[in-house]
Amino acid sequence: MIWVDTIVQGILLGGLYALFAAGLSLVFGIMRLVNLAHGDLIVLGAFLILTLVTALGLNPLLAALVAIPLMFVLGWGLQLVVLNRTLGDDILPPLLVTFGLSIVIQNGLLQGFSADSQRISAGALETASIALGPISVGVMPLLTFLSAVAVIVGLNQLFYRTALGRAFRATSDDPVTAGLMGIEPNRIFAMATGIAFVVVTIAALYLGTRANFDPTIGPARLIYAFEAVIIGGLGSLWGTLAGGVIIGVAQTLGAAINPEWQILAGHVAFLVVLAFRPRGLFAKGG
Amino acid sequence: MSKPAQKWAVQTRTTASTVFAVIAVLAVVAAFAAPFFVSRSVIQDLFFILTMLVLAQNWNLLAGFAGLVSVGQQAFVGAGAYAMFALVILAGFDPIMALPVAGIFAALLAVPTAFFVFRLDGAYFAIGTWVIAEVFRLVFAQWKVLGGGTGTSLPRGTTHEMVGVPLVKELFDVKSSAAADIVTYWLALGLALATVGFIYWLLRSKRGIGLASVRDNLQAARSVGVDASRLKMIVYVATAFGTGMLGALVYVQTARISPDAAFSVTDWTAYVIFIVVIGGIGTLEGPFIGILVFFILQNLFADYGSWYLLILGLIGIVVMLFAPRGLWGLFTGKTGIQLFPIRRRLIGGQLTTSSREDTHG
Amino acid sequence: MAFLETRALTAFYGDFQALFGVDIALEAGETIAIIGANGAGKTTLLRSITGILTNEPGQVVFEGAAIGAARPPDILAHGIAMVPEGRRLFPSLTVEENLLIGNYGRKVAGIWSLDSIYALFPVLKERRHSPATALSGGQQQMVAIGRALMSNPRVLLCDEISLGLAPVVIRDIYAAFPRIQQSGASIVVVEQDIGQALKVANRVYCMMEGRVTLSGTPADLSREAIHNAYFGTA
Repeated sequence: MIWVDTIVQGILLGGLYALFAAGLSLVFGIMRLVNLAHGDLIVLGAFLILTLVTALGLNPLLAALVAIPLMFVLGWGLQLVVLNRTLGDDILPPLLVTFGLSIVIQNGLLQGFSADSQRISAGALETASIALGPISVGVMPLLTFLSAVAVIVGLNQLFYRTALGRAFRATSDDPVTAGLMGIEPNRIFAMATGIAFVVVTIAALYLGTRANFDPTIGPARLIYAFEAVIIGGLGSLWGTLAGGVIIGVAQTLGAAINPEWQILAGHVAFLVVLAFRPRGLFAKGG
Repeated sequence: MSKPAQKWAVQTRTTASTVFAVIAVLAVVAAFAAPFFVSRSVIQDLFFILTMLVLAQNWNLLAGFAGLVSVGQQAFVGAGAYAMFALVILAGFDPIMALPVAGIFAALLAVPTAFFVFRLDGAYFAIGTWVIAEVFRLVFAQWKVLGGGTGTSLPRGTTHEMVGVPLVKELFDVKSSAAADIVTYWLALGLALATVGFIYWLLRSKRGIGLASVRDNLQAARSVGVDASRLKMIVYVATAFGTGMLGALVYVQTARISPDAAFSVTDWTAYVIFIVVIGGIGTLEGPFIGILVFFILQNLFADYGSWYLLILGLIGIVVMLFAPRGLWGLFTGKTGIQLFPIRRRLIGGQLTTSSREDTHG
Repeated sequence: MAFLETRALTAFYGDFQALFGVDIALEAGETIAIIGANGAGKTTLLRSITGILTNEPGQVVFEGAAIGAARPPDILAHGIAMVPEGRRLFPSLTVEENLLIGNYGRKVAGIWSLDSIYALFPVLKERRHSPATALSGGQQQMVAIGRALMSNPRVLLCDEISLGLAPVVIRDIYAAFPRIQQSGASIVVVEQDIGQALKVANRVYCMMEGRVTLSGTPADLSREAIHNAYFGTA
């Protein structure tokens, strides 16, 4: 029974990693941009929510709802003013600019909030649990997983059921011809990054309420997100969820054997998939 | 012109480069002689500069010339350093004798690493190298004999008995620790010269033409990939060797290791990237300029802690956006001066057929 | 003043000059054909009008407005839509989605809607949920034309729509032109198929090496004159 419990915890943890990964996947899918600051942006979102909670005394969920439009505008502006300039055939500018951004965000947060561990208090929810058959499941992990599913359903609806989604896919296919349809690729990219930042904020809410965080943990989140995307296969959001679950289960199983092996086990799972299925498990057109 | 010979010839040398070559030789001689004239703290500063230069040249070869944008070079710094510690502590090696072995160890690790990361395209390669570095850090943290997660130190006095240290101690009439600093400084200087020399040689060799075309026409060659995979593999393994040996040397000097420090992305990759980007990516000269700027900034702002890195990050972003060829690129764009000429120019000859009399004249 | 004109239009790809002072005029409700061999500058002309290549503002004039420097989305907003060479359908989008995206930047009420386009090309309705690139070449061309019509354009630019298609398929596609002309759109057809061009157009321009070498109504132009303008005088 302890193994079933471990695996269930791992699956739910995978929901958190899928939330980390969805924004990364969205931006890469539309503009082939790999944002090395992605993890730091999640941490930035967590600090924003924390500030709203402590300064305004808001409930974390309400604080996240306030943070979402702020983060959307930040992402939209960042893409329009900075990142659009880096797009092109050369991979160096986007990588190095976002790497610089990662360092800037980390050290800005260190300056503003110190290196101390922080936590967003979710009150009684933190310890609440419900029984699912023979095992007991934490409400927060369950909410995280359900949010991940909801985000993926929402993004898929946006992609396949709206004019904006069509414009995203068309621009990703062929920005020049998209221009002939009246689409401004730069604005579409800004919109996509804005939406990715909304997802980042949702991820930040759960990052901040489920465990301690500090300004330096961003890169590790980028890495988990990246692993989930690669395991799932580029272009498939459900694949990304599966990738997150695989990392999550590998980590909880590893931790069950030896607590020091938790993180390593996730990386090993990623490397195994990379060795045998380098295009991922659910790649489109693969 | 006493000899009007009009043969075609490929020339890479320029007047500026010839003048520079003379100055460079003098500078190298001065650098080797430095311990005779300057204080121990200056030697330590110079050691730091040289180690960053070696890392920067290696990363520049990878990212600037071969298009392999790695953010995981700390994997090889740490691997080399741990290999040296293992050889010294477990096998009783002299630390200096352990250096080349540490480099080979890092190069050997680069082969399976390449198997994984070369499966990832362009931008994803970058994060892939970061994952590998994390895996290395976590695995070496499991090595209990070498202190596990908290790390360990070299046995007391090890560096005082290294090859050359007693001799230097006698020669300079200094304490063993100061003598060890001088020896590691000379080794860093030698490694820096070897690294720059190797890259210069590589870029001027036939193989290097492929890489140089990557440099000269950044976008075209990088997207086409000149004899890509083989060349990239050679560069990847070679830089792992240099980076690993450098890592071992740094930790001979500090004599204390921990996984977090040895595999630090900030210390071994972030600084290095900023040095190369600010100086001028894809040029041999760029890292030299970048290191000067970096060293000055560090002395000015290092006390400000995270402000310092924040400013460095911002400068990196601004340079990448507005002067993607860095300070050296701006300079060479205005003057056309190249100190390490690696661009081939066709000189002499005539577009019309030259007569035999001319050629033998 | 004509409805749409180019005035001494020049175009460059880097150092290479592709157009040398091209003057074209399109009257409202008219269909003109631009013919010429490969490399004559026909596609470059359309790319200049649509803003993919930018020019001096006054080099392209639409209803008196200088639009030469405008970018593609602005050109579409003016009511100038393009059927690009090689169709350039979006492979990630279905047939219907490709049509729907045609009016992303210009939503005006008019004759053309999803329904009227399906009426024009009934086969597209059957295949509406297929990926656009899974269709035959002729059907893909119908999608490309339908996509451009979705914005209810006032000027429709068609670049080499018969390229690579079988004669019977080309006939089917051109069979739709009278309906498009009746909708009030002015049309510019770029064609290598001279016979087809002469049939559909009110007037013809012949281009060679980036210049207009001949123009007139199909009735005025002798086969020999066209041959000379097309290939240069022997």
